[in-house]
Formats: sequence, C-alpha cells, structure tokens
Amino acid sequence: MQGPIDRRDFLKLAGLGGAVFASGLAGCASMAGAGQDEFYFVQLSDTHWGFKGPVANPDAEGTLKKAVAAVNALAVKPDFIVFTGDLTHTTDDPKERRRRLAEFKSIVAGLDNRNLRFMPGEHDASLDHGQAWSEFFGPTHYSFDHKGVHFVAIDNVSDPAAKIGEAQLAWLKADLARLPMDAPIVVMTHRPLFDLAPQWDWATRDGAQAIALLMPYRNVTVFYGHIHQEHHHMTGHIAHHAAKSLIFPLVAPGSQPKREPVKWDPAHPYQGLGFRSIEAEKAEVKITEYPVVRA
Amino acid sequence: MQPQRRRLVLAGLATAFGAAALAQPKEKLVRVVAKKFEFTPAEIALVKGEPVVFELTTEDVTMGFYLPAYKTGTEIVPGRVTRFPFTPDREGTFEFICDVFCGEGHEDMGGKIVVSA
Repeated sequence: MQGPIDRRDFLKLAGLGGAVFASGLAGCASMAGAGQDEFYFVQLSDTHWGFKGPVANPDAEGTLKKAVAAVNALAVKPDFIVFTGDLTHTTDDPKERRRRLAEFKSIVAGLDNRNLRFMPGEHDASLDHGQAWSEFFGPTHYSFDHKGVHFVAIDNVSDPAAKIGEAQLAWLKADLARLPMDAPIVVMTHRPLFDLAPQWDWATRDGAQAIALLMPYRNVTVFYGHIHQEHHHMTGHIAHHAAKSLIFPLVAPGSQPKREPVKWDPAHPYQGLGFRSIEAEKAEVKITEYPVVRA
Repeated sequence: MQPQRRRLVLAGLATAFGAAALAQPKEKLVRVVAKKFEFTPAEIALVKGEPVVFELTTEDVTMGFYLPAYKTGTEIVPGRVTRFPFTPDREGTFEFICDVFCGEGHEDMGGKIVVSA
C-alpha cells in the first residue's frame, strides 16, 4: 500500500516499532498547509556491505537482508526509502569496491518499495572521490520535492577531507534561493554538519557554512548517519537526527578516548542496530525507531 | 644611480639580511612521516611555549595532520615536505589524527603530543 497514512495508522505502526521520538522543535507547521499531504519515509544508514568482524557483528552478511525484510514487513508502506551513506565498507581495491556496491544494490532491490534514494558515505566514496559510487547511483548531491517538502541531499564525503566544498555550497545556496522562508526542508547527509566530535571525524569541515545557508529557513530538519547510533542535536532552530547503523553500533560521542564499535552481545543480538521511519505531520516531525529483528 | 654603485648597495643589503637570518634562533624541527595507517613518531614531546615546525611527509596517499584540541592542522601531500609551524600554549597530552580519509585503518590513525612545562 502506498500513499498517505492517517494518525491512527501511524500510531499503530509506532506501537509495533517501539519508542517514538517526537519533536516539535524543528517546526514543520507549514506541512499542514493546503495541498500538502501527510506521508512518511524510511531512513536506513551505514550498512557497510563487505565488512567482516565477528566481534562487532557475526551476522555481517545477514543483517542488511534482515533489514530489507523488516522494511518490507511494515504494515503501512513508506512513500520512499533513503540510505544515508556507507552503503559499503571501504576497500583499497577499485574492483572490490564495485563488487560490493553491486552486491549492495542487488540486495536492496529486494525492497518492495522501488522509490529509493541513495547517498554516499566516506567508506563508499572518499578513496575515489565518488567515482565508483556514482557509476551505480548517480549524482552524489541533489534535491527533490515530495508532497510539499523540499529534500536536499548534501555530499560531505566525496572529498576525503570531509568538506562539502565551495561548488556544492554554491549549488545549495541557489537550490534554496527559490524557496519561501517557511518552506519545509529536509536535509539528508552522511556526516554531522555540526562539530559533534571532530576528534573522531564526527564533523564536516565546512558544515557551518551549510548550516548558515539553511538558518534563514524556519522549518529545517537534518537526518544523517555516520555515527552508528541515534543522536539528536539542535543548532539554533535546526534539528539534527543521527540514525542507527545496520552493521554495528559505535560508542557514544566523547564517552571514551577512542571511537570503537560496541561489542556484539550474544544475549541481545542486533542490539543497537536498526532503521527509522519519519513522518511529517502538522507541527511535528515524528521519528520511530525499529529494530532489525524483533526480540 | 650608476650600475656599479647599485650592485654594491644590493650586495650590502643581502649581507645585512643574511646576518639577520643567522642571528634568529632556529625553530625546533619535528619530522613526522605518515603512511597507511600510522604516524612515525606516534608520540612527540614538546615544551610549552617553545615554537616548533613540523616537517610532514607521506609515503603513500594524501593524509591529514590535525590537532583537535587546538583546532588546527594541515594536509600532507605525497612528494612534498609540508612545513607546519606550531607553538603549544598549554601543558598536557593532546591527540593528533589523520583527518583525510585514507582507507580501512584511517579511523585508528593518530598519535599524541606530550607538552611539558
């Protein structure tokens, strides 16, 4: 089933999925305007296809497939599905990189929903400036409109120095310029645009410039990946929501000297992994987190 | 000014500049070599307030040399010596990291400077 869902349906869905994070902070009031349909989409992130590390995830070859099945099992089908980067785990070998990208693409072709949006992560794109990734998935930054919401995908990984770059920032400025100041805007990217933990590469060098371009717009929400855990942060009125990974969780930002994966717990397999749905409804953005497999 | 006299004046200026350069205290040079996925040396002892110049090279791909605590750093490009002046202004142990993605071991590539009084 495609299309809009009503609030009762969404709450039923949320109840099945577990915790609901609801935020009115990002202020999507204009989504309630005439002609703007309610809808929801799904975010998956950091699948790292090709990763091998049984201490972190002994089911590295099965987790993505389980996630595909879990998304297909959603009672109400999303309008579209986004992948916010690190589709594959990095490799120095260009042939292996393409093999991993091809396998990833083949696996997610199993999603019932055919409306898929992809973004690269540094593992996919930084070693060849996005060349192989683009062969499979097209442009690394783009925008589109869906039911009254403007979506922008920002690439902060094809430059291995974690920069968006002047050319893309100019594109972003021009892309936003045609929008009214109350336009609902959803930004999707891989790294955090703000300095979450620069010592762990959890930052974008020129992310502040992107935030400055977005700041005049009243209804902006950012969804990103990279840090392998749920995280919520405000820069002014702009909310930034990090998604869980589908390979291994990482420890909390700054919680210890070194960034490292959380060890797999055989008593609680797939703990800390998952995906989310995002619903835009009137004055709220509602995020529902889903596990890969139900306990 | 006649040509001969101009040459004499220029020669005198060059001598003066050379003497001034010799009179300046030499900055301490700290050579650091980067390669996938390590820095050598990985631990560097510095003295608070004493200026140093890092001479940075990479043996394979472009790397970063970044000190998060100081919010400063530079890129290290293959085939070139990158000179990076730095003066530690506080005591303590501070990480430096590679902040240019260089492959699978990138996330663990780093070292530390130990700044004493």
